[in-house]
Order: sequence, then structure tokens, then C-alpha cells
Amino acid sequence: MAMIEVRWHGRGGQGAKTASQFLGEAALDTDKYIQAFPEYGPERAGAPMRSYTRISDTVITIHSSVTNPDIVVVIDPTLVGSIDVTEGLGDKGIILVNTDKSPKDIRKDLDFTKGRVATVDATKISLETLGIPMPNMPMLGALLKVNPLVTIDQLSERVKGKFLKKIGEEKTNANIEGIKRAYSEVKID
Amino acid sequence: MTKKNLIPFTGDQAVAYAMKQIDPDVVAAYPITPQTEIVMNFSNYVANGQVSTEMIPVESEHSAMSACVGAAAAGARTMTATSANGLALMWEIVYIAASTRLPIVMPVVNRALSGPINIHCDHSDTMGCRDSGWIHIYCENAQEVYENTILAIRIAEHKKILLPVMVCQDGFITSHAVEGLELFDDKKVKDFIGEYKIENPLLDVDHPVTYGPLDLQDYYFEHKRQQGEAMKAALTAIPEVLKKFEKTFGRKYDFIETYKLDDAEIAIVAMSSTAGTVKFVVDELRQKGVKAGLLRPRIFRPFPKEKLITALKNVKAVAVLDRSESFSAEGGPLYTDIKAALYDSGIRPLISNYIYGLGGRDIFPADINKVYVDLQDILKTGKVKTPLNYLGSRE
Amino acid sequence: MENKKSWKEIPIGGKIIEAGNAAKYNTGSWRTFRPEKNDKKCINCLFCWIYCPDSSIKVEDDKMAGFDYEHCKGCGICASICPVKCIDMKKEIQ
Repeated sequence: MAMIEVRWHGRGGQGAKTASQFLGEAALDTDKYIQAFPEYGPERAGAPMRSYTRISDTVITIHSSVTNPDIVVVIDPTLVGSIDVTEGLGDKGIILVNTDKSPKDIRKDLDFTKGRVATVDATKISLETLGIPMPNMPMLGALLKVNPLVTIDQLSERVKGKFLKKIGEEKTNANIEGIKRAYSEVKID
Repeated sequence: MTKKNLIPFTGDQAVAYAMKQIDPDVVAAYPITPQTEIVMNFSNYVANGQVSTEMIPVESEHSAMSACVGAAAAGARTMTATSANGLALMWEIVYIAASTRLPIVMPVVNRALSGPINIHCDHSDTMGCRDSGWIHIYCENAQEVYENTILAIRIAEHKKILLPVMVCQDGFITSHAVEGLELFDDKKVKDFIGEYKIENPLLDVDHPVTYGPLDLQDYYFEHKRQQGEAMKAALTAIPEVLKKFEKTFGRKYDFIETYKLDDAEIAIVAMSSTAGTVKFVVDELRQKGVKAGLLRPRIFRPFPKEKLITALKNVKAVAVLDRSESFSAEGGPLYTDIKAALYDSGIRPLISNYIYGLGGRDIFPADINKVYVDLQDILKTGKVKTPLNYLGSRE
Repeated sequence: MENKKSWKEIPIGGKIIEAGNAAKYNTGSWRTFRPEKNDKKCINCLFCWIYCPDSSIKVEDDKMAGFDYEHCKGCGICASICPVKCIDMKKEIQ
């Protein structure tokens, strides 16, 4: 595998940084080389922010932010149209959006004719599994359907490792359920 | 495939973990972005009883370094950590630590100095105190940050050196990015750093000594001379420590790192995380047949003149990247130092300077590529049109 | 004048590693006035001993026993502080 670069778009407080890290750490468990880092600006809850994950079979030396991502994940649907989420996305690029719309509609909204577009209603899944709108974990599940960077089991192990102590078994399982649901519900065009 | 068993750590976590394994006698520190997670994580180790360190939460960095000086003089293995304005507030005592010859180790998370106020990476903080008498180590990634923090203990405490050491990493870029780290066994770290024994500790009440007396025209100069000689001695003593490090941990380091430099016609000199991005660009250029290379100074003070000259001896055009502006109107500190080193050697590549990345301005492969394009042009024309350039600044 | 030492011969870091070596420095030569005591008036309160900046008041059996002229700089603090004015400052060269 050549290096895969993922760019996450979210708003401060929606867990884009956490998602980028979980993906990286799950890949690290499978002996990949990884980088996961947010773009630090003036942090404010609600402000648009980016985070990045790099995964590679070989040592990663590059230390700048990602300009030509292989995958873009948009955690907040209101960012579509307000910032250029497809910037730098190549012909084979994939964009995954948290929305109740179909991939075809999002394609139109984004005016994106290349690559693949995937959608999943991660906010709804999060509300139904966790009871709060925290779409980052379902987005991770959906991402793994779009590109199996790690398996659902590998990701779940990482989530357990990070969450069990912090939020308890019930909420951890709810997060994993959200991941699995998004994995099966994501639509791809 | 053997399991690599890499641990996800940020650069700050890497420092805190190294400090946990070192288990210093005293840590006096004040949190400041982007160093905060070092103090936070290490405080957790203290609170959890995982270290035996006496942690002194102070009210300012001036106090932090003052407490470190006192502790180190008393005979304690002492550490602190800071960034930018915190380092600036320590300034007075930073010099005192070096001139009192106290082997304090201080991880510094490089951040732009105010003003205007900015929390992101550049090297203006540590470059500003390059004349303070501290040894300066610059790290490319979190793995190096971890290893150099451990290495620094032995360098600082080496009998022929006895100087404090700064271990520098790039703010946010390294300090807040998660990477996979290979961690050393606790016991190996303990064996490597050994026991801390200082000559003439203040707390040896049977042999009372005085630290920090007034030192005027008759002896001050001799004490400064000793500092200069210690820095020179470090050039020969550090390799001993590096050899021991290699023997213990299997990691081979030198004052400098070269990347595809042996047959390079054009080369960039860069430090810290940017050097990693340069490697990425060198690989791309090599695939196109461009003979590009990289030279990365890892240890900046003492300045490894001979190593740098040897590394650059066959390169025809060199660009030095400085992540700080020294406002000399003559270029950044790394550039002017390298030019000075080349003067006597008779090795005179066409050389130019690029100030970049101030206040955390990202440096992309495209920026570095532009420098190599400039170098190819310089190689062709045999002329450096603009010796001093500002890479990534809007014109 | 003693020969000053080279950078190779002195302790590093400006440390003074020999306790009490100020005694080797004979500041007594600085004096232009020397303190002299009128034994009859002295009440042995030892204020002079407390105030002397150069530890040059000799004390024997809890009594003021004269001056250490090797180190007394002749500053006159003892004479000034003495509550019964039993110390006079006399010119070194008459």
C-alpha cells in the first residue's frame, strides 16, 4: 500500500481530531506507519477545523498538512457549500459526507464529478445508538466500508482500549454499535 | 511479519514518557502552549506515584529555571520544559544554568516568539538563545524526541561537558501529532543514564561550597573560557555518548544526518520536522533523475563544523532553510553559521538562504520543490541571484 | 601580587569549593584607621562582634578580646555601634 492520506472536516467539538487519531491508532495496531494530527488554529467550539490521518507501509517522513487527500470525510453536513471540502481531491478521490441525502444529491451539491461519493446519516445513527449527536465514530465505520484501511474488529478493539475506562462499557458498546451500523448503512456512488 | 509493537504518542507524550523512565530527582516547570502536555502528562506520572520525582509547580518560568538551578546545584538530576515566551521569561537564569555548569535537561517545544503573539512553530525561541551556552539538539520526529531526551541526560552529565541541554521539537507539528513510537525497556534506560553524581553538591554539608559568587574582571573571563572549552570538548565527548547509546539501544546517531547526499549536486540544509518533508521531496526528485540531497544538523550547539564541511564537500549548490529570522539583514542563524564554517575550508558551494515557516506557516513539498528548482537554476547559471529569500511569504 | 590562576586551574562554574577561604585574603592592609579598645569602659555586650562585617572581633570566654588586624578593614562600624563608646578609631600613620 502506498501512503493513504485522509482529511477530516468537522467543527470544533465534533470529534474530528479523535476520529483521525482512532483511525491512525487502529492502523498502527496492524503494523502500519501512521500520523494523525489536527490543524490547530484558534480553537473554538463550532469553528470549522481539519484533521489528518496518514497511513503507510513505509516510514512517513513528510510533516506538512495534507493537500491532496485520497479520502475526505465531512463530519458536519453544514460544511458542504460553506468551505471547499473537495479541495485537492484527485480523480480517484473519495468523499464521505455525514448527511441524510443520497450520494448523487451530494455530488450535485459539491459539483464533484470525479472519484466516488459516499453518504451516511451518522448524526441519526449516533442519536439512536448513543443518544447524543456525536457522529465521529459512525463516520469511522462508514469510512471502513469505503476503504478497508483496517477491519471493523481492529477499530473496535482500539475504541474499547480508548473508551472503556473513560466512559464505561455501555457507552463504549453503543459507540461500537454506531460504527457497525454506519458500516452497513453507508451508500456509495 | 514481526509485530513492531509501536505505541501511539505525540511528541509531547514522548517527552513525558522519557521523563518518566529517567525519573529525575526534581522537575520544576510551568505549562505553556504547546509544551503543556509534557507538564500535564508528567504531573500524572507524579500523581500516580509512577516516578519518585519532586515536582515543583512554580508561578513562572523564571522561577522554574531558578528552582532547577538550585536543585541541580544541590545535587539533584533536574529537568524542566518550556516554549517560546516561557523560555524568554527564563532568559536570565538560562545563562546562569550554563555558566554554573549545571547539567539540566530541558525539552523545548519550538514556538514563535511574540510579537505579534502566535502559538505555532518556528525556531525563534531557541535560536535566540543559541549563545546562552546550552547544547542544542533538534529532533525530526516524535521517535527522535523520545530518544534524544534520554540521550541528553548522559550528554549533559558527561564529566568533560557538564553543560545543560535543550532538546527541541517543532511545536504542534511534532508535539501534537500522533506517530507510532518504539519505546525502550525501563531497565535499559536506567542502565544507560546511570546514577547522577555531581562534584561539590551544595547539600554535602561536610564539604561546604559556594555557588554563584560575584566574579569580576580577575576571573569572570576564565570561567567563560572554561564554558567555551567545554563546548569544544563536547564535540569529542558526545560521540562517546552516542556510541554507548548505540550499544544499549541499537540506534546509531551522529551530529548530522545526511540523506542521499553522497552523489548530490544540489542540497538543502534543514533542521527538525522540515527535514522529513525534504526527504519526501528528495525521493520524488531522485525518481526524476535529479541529484538532490539533504543535510540535517541534529546537534546545533556545539556547531559540528567539520562534519558539515565533509558532508557538503561535493555539493555544488546549497540552500539553507532557517525557521527563524535573526534580523541581521544577512540571513538566518543556520545559514550564517554554515557560511562561516565553509570560509576556511576552501569548499565553496553556491549558497543561498531561505527563511520559512515563521509563526507556523506550513511548508509543503511544493515549497521545497521550488527551492530545488532554484538550486537547479543556480547550478546552470553558476550564479546566486538572491542570497536571502523568504519562502512562503506573500510578496 | 599573587599570580592569578589560568582557566585550567580553577573550579568550573565559578564555584568556591574551599570553605572559609576568605580568611586567606588579608584585608587588614586596607586600613587607614584602626580600632582600639578602652578596656575599662567595655561592658562585653558583643555588639561589635555582631556587627563586624569581617568577623574581626576576637572573643574569648564570652568576652571581647581585641581585634583581628589581619582582616579588620578599619571600617569603624564597631566604634559606631558601641553603646558605651569604648572603641576609638586611630590613624594608622601618625
